[in-house]
Amino acid sequence: MITFDQVGVRYADADRPVLRGVDLTVPEGELCLLVGPSGSGKSTLLGTVGGLVPHFTGGTLSGRVTVDGRDTRTHRPRELADLVGTVGQDPAAHFVTDTVEDELAYGMESLGLAPAVMRRRVEETLDLLGLAELRGRALSSLSGGQRQRVAIGSVLTVHPKVLVLDEPTSALDPGAAEEVLAVLQRLVHDLGTTVLMSEHRLERVVQYADRVLLLPGDGTPPELGDPAALMARSPVRPPVVELGLLAGWSPLPLTVRDARRAAGPLRERLADRTPRRPASTSLDGTPGEVLAEVSRLAVTRGPVAALRGVDLRLRAGEVTALMGRNGAGKSTLLGSLVGLHRPAAGSVRVGGLVPHRTRPKELIRRIGLVPQDPRDLLYGETVAAECAAADRDAGAAPGSCRALVARLLPGVGDEVHPRDLSEGQRLVLALAVVLTAAPPVILLDEPTRGLDYAAKARLVEVVRALAADGHAILLATHDVELAAELAHRTAVLADGEIVADGPTPETVLASPTFAPQVAKVLAPFLTVPQVAEALS
Amino acid sequence: MTAPTRTGTTRPSGPPARVVPRRLHPGAWWLWALGLAAAASRTTNPLLLLLLAAVAGYVVAARRDDAPWARSYGAFLRIGLVVLALRLVFAVLLGSPVGGTHVLVSLPQLPLPGWAQGVRLGGPVALEGVLFAVYEGLKLAVLLACVGAANALASPARLLRSLPGALYEVGVAAVVALTFAPNLVADVQRLRAARRLRGRDDRGVRALLSVGLPVLEGALERSVGLAAAMDSRGFGRTAPVPRRVLRTAGALTLLGLLSVATATYGLLAPDGHGWAAVLLPVGLAAAAGGLLLGGRRSVRTRYRPDPWALPEWATAGAGLAVAALTVWFAGRFPEAFAPSVVPLAAPRLPLLPAAAVLLGLLPAFVTPRPSGSSR
Repeated sequence: MITFDQVGVRYADADRPVLRGVDLTVPEGELCLLVGPSGSGKSTLLGTVGGLVPHFTGGTLSGRVTVDGRDTRTHRPRELADLVGTVGQDPAAHFVTDTVEDELAYGMESLGLAPAVMRRRVEETLDLLGLAELRGRALSSLSGGQRQRVAIGSVLTVHPKVLVLDEPTSALDPGAAEEVLAVLQRLVHDLGTTVLMSEHRLERVVQYADRVLLLPGDGTPPELGDPAALMARSPVRPPVVELGLLAGWSPLPLTVRDARRAAGPLRERLADRTPRRPASTSLDGTPGEVLAEVSRLAVTRGPVAALRGVDLRLRAGEVTALMGRNGAGKSTLLGSLVGLHRPAAGSVRVGGLVPHRTRPKELIRRIGLVPQDPRDLLYGETVAAECAAADRDAGAAPGSCRALVARLLPGVGDEVHPRDLSEGQRLVLALAVVLTAAPPVILLDEPTRGLDYAAKARLVEVVRALAADGHAILLATHDVELAAELAHRTAVLADGEIVADGPTPETVLASPTFAPQVAKVLAPFLTVPQVAEALS
Repeated sequence: MTAPTRTGTTRPSGPPARVVPRRLHPGAWWLWALGLAAAASRTTNPLLLLLLAAVAGYVVAARRDDAPWARSYGAFLRIGLVVLALRLVFAVLLGSPVGGTHVLVSLPQLPLPGWAQGVRLGGPVALEGVLFAVYEGLKLAVLLACVGAANALASPARLLRSLPGALYEVGVAAVVALTFAPNLVADVQRLRAARRLRGRDDRGVRALLSVGLPVLEGALERSVGLAAAMDSRGFGRTAPVPRRVLRTAGALTLLGLLSVATATYGLLAPDGHGWAAVLLPVGLAAAAGGLLLGGRRSVRTRYRPDPWALPEWATAGAGLAVAALTVWFAGRFPEAFAPSVVPLAAPRLPLLPAAAVLLGLLPAFVTPRPSGSSR
């Protein structure tokens, strides 16, 4: 269906090509998953299929990409629109109209389909994706998962043979991600659509893949093959595969179910051992000092009650994970802690101060927030300029921020533009900027969005070190694996209320949605490192 | 769904079929609102202006649905009040051209250099000037309220989608530009919040200016992203049309528009409108023909186009009737439409024009309720 013939892509200002020597064929009717570390060219490869690379991104395409016999070099994206449906990372950027029904019809209108056909297909697609209830709704009023489903639906109505998805579930909570993946599986099984997608959160998707396309990113050519076989060699892999490698299972399990069936002997070996819990208290065993306290907090945003009666304490040396659906109020709670939202009732105290009445200059010494998109925090032209500005903002000694960057992010040059850093590097740079003011409380909003496993592992180390230094840390995240690995305590927020708050093992084991993969196989163990430690 | 009303045997209980909820054609709402706005532009009588605003407000309250843009009405009203307040402040500070004898207060006057002759800062504030400014400001505010009413009842994006095929691309450009503003506002808010996180002040003009560059960068990135998304969904696909047809279409449109412009000039000029009355329909026909021919290039079809039926005729007709009657009455009773401020006189409500304005309420009763609305 899709043929890559010696494909290479090179951007004008880059010193080496993004892609080189891609030579393979994706067969019809398969779900093919692109796997590889950040910067290995996954998005670029996806772009070549719909013709967006090079027609929209610039750069030079060598070789040939053909989709169902059409050469993307001679066909512009609009001439491939009836064949390839492309959904980018941010569904909101994809919308052209303003209501669900119009958005579903847009592609068909452009292709000039007959009105009767359009009516029928819109209804079919509404049913297929479970959107019938939302048909008249404005797109701006939808939740993240709903938007993603509308975006997929909007390209499905033209009945494309190929569907290209770039990180379709990265921004979604576990429940919404499962919704989207169920839809994709249905398309592959029932309609025979060829799906090509990339995703960092392999633990969510690898079990659905018929093939894996591995982009190693170190210059070796990409490989297409059986998921289990390629996962053994992949530089990025989900926890359940790690567990399989650790235990030496063959074939490697890709699903929790496979792992559970293979896990009998391992379970017996671990029967008399308990996982070592990271110490959530200071060395002498007493709980840390309360650095920030939220009590009976209610916040309204427009006509909506975003938070109602939330109680939360952040203690020194403790990492707290805040989980919950998209739109449950996580970002609002973080925003309230740094004074972006005025409480409608209840109170917020950070180191004795009331955040929304404190001057920003004062507040950043008490609490720092790294927002969902770290780019918001970075204005500088170079890393050096950014660091100098951070020192001035924080009133710190010149060079403090640069020293932090050197420690957290070794090997980044002074003259690099922050926008040219990878997602993971940018996050750590923003964290360094926030840390320059030495706030004892640090908040991270969705820190692992767009991070590969290597970048995530480094983030885990950085956060652990900060907690050991006596910082109180709050992570708002959808990433259950991160919470299991890092958090001493997990709080679950639903519809503006805290519905669970307690030590991470207890909270996540109680809920199948928030349980990490290893816990589903070997409870009470939560992570692969815990298992490895117990075995040694 | 039409109920069998003729036979009377199976007549269902409930409302008659005429009021099946649906959305009105956006063009009808805009014509209605523009009619009210045209009426407002002909008068400075505050009573008539307030009546117009009340009519528009009543219809909005009765017929808007619960989409996000329907909430924009309040924003338009607030902008109108700001305009009114600004007009008043300028009248107080800079004085008013109408002069007047009823001095309310005397502000200290700022001495200005010779080159600024004719400009006055401070000085006596007369009741006449203030009143004149209020009337003028109110007129602008009511105009804004009318546009806001159209915006709340039918989003401009929907209106632009009803454009003929040849103008479709222009329409899309306008729609993209329209979505630009709310996105910019959201960006500015996000980046100002981020400034606070860096420990800088998030209030004041400097804070606003310093986020300008990142906001523009973001807007540019989003535009390129939208263009890519639209292209990959088939925007801009064209049907093969002989070049000759396209040239003819272009020439016809250009000639038609030129003739319309010339004819309008001729009609407005004091003499020689005989030829203009002939040229105008010819020009219009040529332009329409050009657009029709040009539309053959477009392969687009419309999904569920809004029908134009009786309620649309009634709505558009009501707006146009208000405009036409007001213009006609304004010629007959000029003093009622522009109440005098020098000498001071209390404005009175002229009955016939007021009745004409009330015609604008018609859509609140004859149009179907919007579907999906809980009201």
